[in-house]
Amino acid sequence: MSVIIGSAIVTFIPRILPLVVLSKLEIPEWGINWLKHVPVAVMSALLASELLLLDNKVSIQENTLNLMSAIPTLLVAIYTRSLLGTVLVGIATLMTIRFLL
Amino acid sequence: MSELSTDLNKNVMEEGDSFWQGVKDCIPTLLGYLSIGFAAGVVEKTAGLSMIEIALMSLLLYAGSGQFIAAGMIAASHPVSAIIVTIFFINSRHLLLSAAIAPYFKKNTTSKNLITGALLTDETFGVAITHAQSKKQLDYKWMLGLNIAAYLNWALATIAGGIFGQWIPDPERFGLDFALPAMFIGLLVLQILSQKKYFIDIIVAVSSGVIVIAASFFVSGSAGVILATILSATIGLVISKWR
Repeated sequence: MSVIIGSAIVTFIPRILPLVVLSKLEIPEWGINWLKHVPVAVMSALLASELLLLDNKVSIQENTLNLMSAIPTLLVAIYTRSLLGTVLVGIATLMTIRFLL
Repeated sequence: MSELSTDLNKNVMEEGDSFWQGVKDCIPTLLGYLSIGFAAGVVEKTAGLSMIEIALMSLLLYAGSGQFIAAGMIAASHPVSAIIVTIFFINSRHLLLSAAIAPYFKKNTTSKNLITGALLTDETFGVAITHAQSKKQLDYKWMLGLNIAAYLNWALATIAGGIFGQWIPDPERFGLDFALPAMFIGLLVLQILSQKKYFIDIIVAVSSGVIVIAASFFVSGSAGVILATILSATIGLVISKWR
């Protein structure tokens, strides 16, 4: 129980602190420009870890099917601009590849 | 009373950004987090947590990777302090997410921003920041709808995992383990397409990917994500100054 409450508190603080503090301050322009790059940066880092790492070790072999599925998923994302469509096509692609192999 | 009436006015003006629109905009992320949440519930159950503890983990901690690690460390009987410190490092990337979204919530009260921040996740951040491209401010009610839909979906998924986990054979067969990477691909592509700064964005994206992989040789996965984000956002800033 103390683990749950302790972890909840240390998760809560970094979540709320910048939103509460920075939204009240005038952030300098370079700060805003830096923050504008954070979404692409963090999404790419999360995606690369999902696609290329396994237990924080580079593993192409374990991820081959996922990497194959990523290609049609990427194309669907670019052409449809639909998040739901992208997720559904991604799942269907991996399911099909697993079924065929 | 006057605050109430301005609230109502705002409601009429921004009908496109209502609470329910936020709930709807959460739908694409539901599948990915249902399967991950289900898996988290299974892992927590196997780690010896009770159903009440599983529910509390999702309602209070509310962080996918954090809950997996916590369950693993509880199962391996690590000391409470070590678990809490580890969770702090894993979830400290929220500092960056919360900071990046802060400029869009300038007009809100501190208590509203507290609620927005408390429920912020990778997925709701991704949806919100893409939604924010065309506007200067994000609507609190829309964000609340998005956050609450994600929050309930997650809690229900982990509880279902705790209850039914042992009877469901191999969800990987249905490709559900690809829901999360597919969602990140979608969010990343939408973000890049809507900003229309393809050159810089692609450099930032590629360098972030390369850095996170390189970092995996030296530091933990969560530290790698933070390092990659900070360095590649800085690369983006420097390049935008040059051009």
